[in-house]
Amino acid sequence: MNPVPSNYYDFFGLEHKLDLDLPDLEKRFYALSRQYHPDRYTLKSREEQQYALDATAILNDAYRTLRDPLARAEYLLKENGFDIGEQGSKNVPTELLEEVFELNMALEELRGGDESARPALEEARKKFVAMRDQIDSDLQARFAEYDRTRDRDVLADIRGMLNRRRYVRNLVNEVEKELAGAAA
Amino acid sequence: MTPIQIDFGKPERVVGIDLGTTNSLVAYLDSAQHPVVIPGEDGDKLVPSVVTLTKKGDIVVGNKARAALIDEPDRTVYSIKRLMGRGVGDVQDELKLFPFRSAEGSESVIRILLGERTFTPPEISAFILRQLKKNAEAFLGEPVTKAVITVPAYFNDAQRQATKDAGRIAGLEVLRLVNEPTAAALAYGLDKRREGIVAVYDLGGGTFDISILKLHEGIFEVLATNGDTHLGGDDIDNRLIHIALEDVHTEWGKDISHYGDAVQTLRRAVIEAKERLSFVPSTKIEFAYKGKRYQREITRELFEKLIADIVDRTLGPCRNCIKDADVTVEQIDEVVLVGGSTRIPMVRNAVETLFRAKPHTDLNPDEVVALGAAVQAGILSGTVENQLLLDVTPLSLGIETMGGVVSKLIHRNSTIPASATETFTTAVDGQRNVLIHVLQGERELAKDNRSLARFDLKDIDPLPAGMARIEVRFLIDANGILNVTARDARTGKEQSVEIKPSYGLTDEQVEAMISESIDRAEEDFRARQVAEARVEADRILAAVDKAKQNDAYLDLTDQERSEITRALNELLVVYHADDHLLIRAKIEQLNNATMKLAENMINTAVSSALKGTKI
Repeated sequence: MNPVPSNYYDFFGLEHKLDLDLPDLEKRFYALSRQYHPDRYTLKSREEQQYALDATAILNDAYRTLRDPLARAEYLLKENGFDIGEQGSKNVPTELLEEVFELNMALEELRGGDESARPALEEARKKFVAMRDQIDSDLQARFAEYDRTRDRDVLADIRGMLNRRRYVRNLVNEVEKELAGAAA
Repeated sequence: MTPIQIDFGKPERVVGIDLGTTNSLVAYLDSAQHPVVIPGEDGDKLVPSVVTLTKKGDIVVGNKARAALIDEPDRTVYSIKRLMGRGVGDVQDELKLFPFRSAEGSESVIRILLGERTFTPPEISAFILRQLKKNAEAFLGEPVTKAVITVPAYFNDAQRQATKDAGRIAGLEVLRLVNEPTAAALAYGLDKRREGIVAVYDLGGGTFDISILKLHEGIFEVLATNGDTHLGGDDIDNRLIHIALEDVHTEWGKDISHYGDAVQTLRRAVIEAKERLSFVPSTKIEFAYKGKRYQREITRELFEKLIADIVDRTLGPCRNCIKDADVTVEQIDEVVLVGGSTRIPMVRNAVETLFRAKPHTDLNPDEVVALGAAVQAGILSGTVENQLLLDVTPLSLGIETMGGVVSKLIHRNSTIPASATETFTTAVDGQRNVLIHVLQGERELAKDNRSLARFDLKDIDPLPAGMARIEVRFLIDANGILNVTARDARTGKEQSVEIKPSYGLTDEQVEAMISESIDRAEEDFRARQVAEARVEADRILAAVDKAKQNDAYLDLTDQERSEITRALNELLVVYHADDHLLIRAKIEQLNNATMKLAENMINTAVSSALKGTKI
């Protein structure tokens, strides 16, 4: 019973990269599950059962993190000493100030029962979804760049993009919630 | 010296149990590794989940108990699963519709009155489990001590814990709790489809689950699950009963809703009508009580109007589940129907419309969960090798933070086992305790979620405020049950944690119930021995009485006669004591005292016989 690696990449036997091959990751996950899952240890000693439980908990947490590009990027940033938190996503990115201001106006109107604000909100939703998708594809490019260059500056950029993305995602969620709520 | 027992590697039998709201089943894997449902003593594979306490004090389970629902409604309980892991406050509405009475008691555990005794839901479920265990032992001809028990996927921590407690009380080691739709998928997957994405729609007697799984090379990976632990066939029955009761009130001018036997007879009648409506467009609800008759025509059309909102309530969870699984309806290859309520055509149509595919109905919806549980039992005991279930936790787990807001630690639909670690500190200088309130649910505020337990971190080293660092690890195991451990991050020492569950039994209470059930078994055994000793005593007392009429008695010396009288009186004195050993000892004494008498009697008989030949 060798202790399992606590590092997620190491557990999967993968290089510490941002761009991962998801089908390959799944294959590894299934193989490791077959090896460590508590179902395989039910009739073993108490120690072995605990070992299987702990190992599989790490495995599952690792898989959940690595298969999601954003969670994966955050994990790798943390590993490289970057500070990650919700804090960065609470400040309005300066280039979005004007749009967020307009959005808040429209949200206020709709909450006040003014249905004429609806088209503007639909418009805003589309814009922010497009923005989110753009960030995602930009991130993909930066992931590849980091994997190639291992440049810390790229990681710093990625951290900024993640904060921006989180902010935009919150906007999309809020608009969608408001649109659904008003329609109901 | 005891010879050393050698185990020749025959794997110990593990059975699979579907502990259902309406019916329960036990299944095992036969020598060809096929899952098979084990019938009960009466040959029936379905054991109704009904428990009755007879006036003599015996517990009866299954079909016989179902008959008692009408004759002895206040000694009988059904659908106990709906009360598992719930508090008294949760089930007020439910208790109005159920005929059984809850006893006064603690808020966190419901106590049901059966006649003059009270039982918690895990104890009642344990009676059902014990019956299944007995059925399996009789069928297999060997002791059964290990089991896999299925639970609704959407069961929370307290409901799961209550099920596990029931197993322990019944004398079963519960190797795993398996989610019902997952078990169904396992049975289905082995039988029909080995690759692809499968949705399992499970509408049973009291619970609804929807799970979406990915099947790949023997791995059954649950992508997402959703449901409602208080939605099922019972709700449909209650609708119909309600209408019939109102009709009866109008027609007879009498409200019979408080007569347990009347409501149970009516329940039987509406269930039969409901079941017929799955096959015919129209039927009658017929009911008689104390010489009065009630009859009502019900068409499928009207029935569907009555239950439309119940069927509708299953669709929201389905949509959320599809979204959480991150699949499109088109990607779902197959929909499998589980649970008796999926026989209702309206339910089938709703599923077909939502998933845009004809649901699979090849497997017996009553048996498929038990069969899957048996397969999982085979996986755990090592006889099934290539299959593996990867299940998820149905509800997010979080802790209460400042302002009553929940901070989520483990999100719903995370593959289990899953864990999260959080560091806590103190707010006041020298603080020795930190209380952590753990909740389950998706809402923002603690008060809107299900309180799971309070964990008290005790005996923290006294330090200035904010200096202590207690690392707490929350681990959801493969049963979907939370385990919490803590350590002092400064010293690395294990930190003691006291668990105060919000609902359900403490470990001590379960232990007490286990030993009570063992005590009870001993008590029963003792009672039987006492009864047997008394039968023996009756026999000898009658014989001595008769012998005293015999001439041989007069031939005894005074001393011999007084010894017999003394032994006789002593036996009569201990006769009513509840001690079979004492009774047996006095029987023995009387036996010895009458030895001479018996000899004399034989001699007398012989000599009179000899005399006879002379004549």
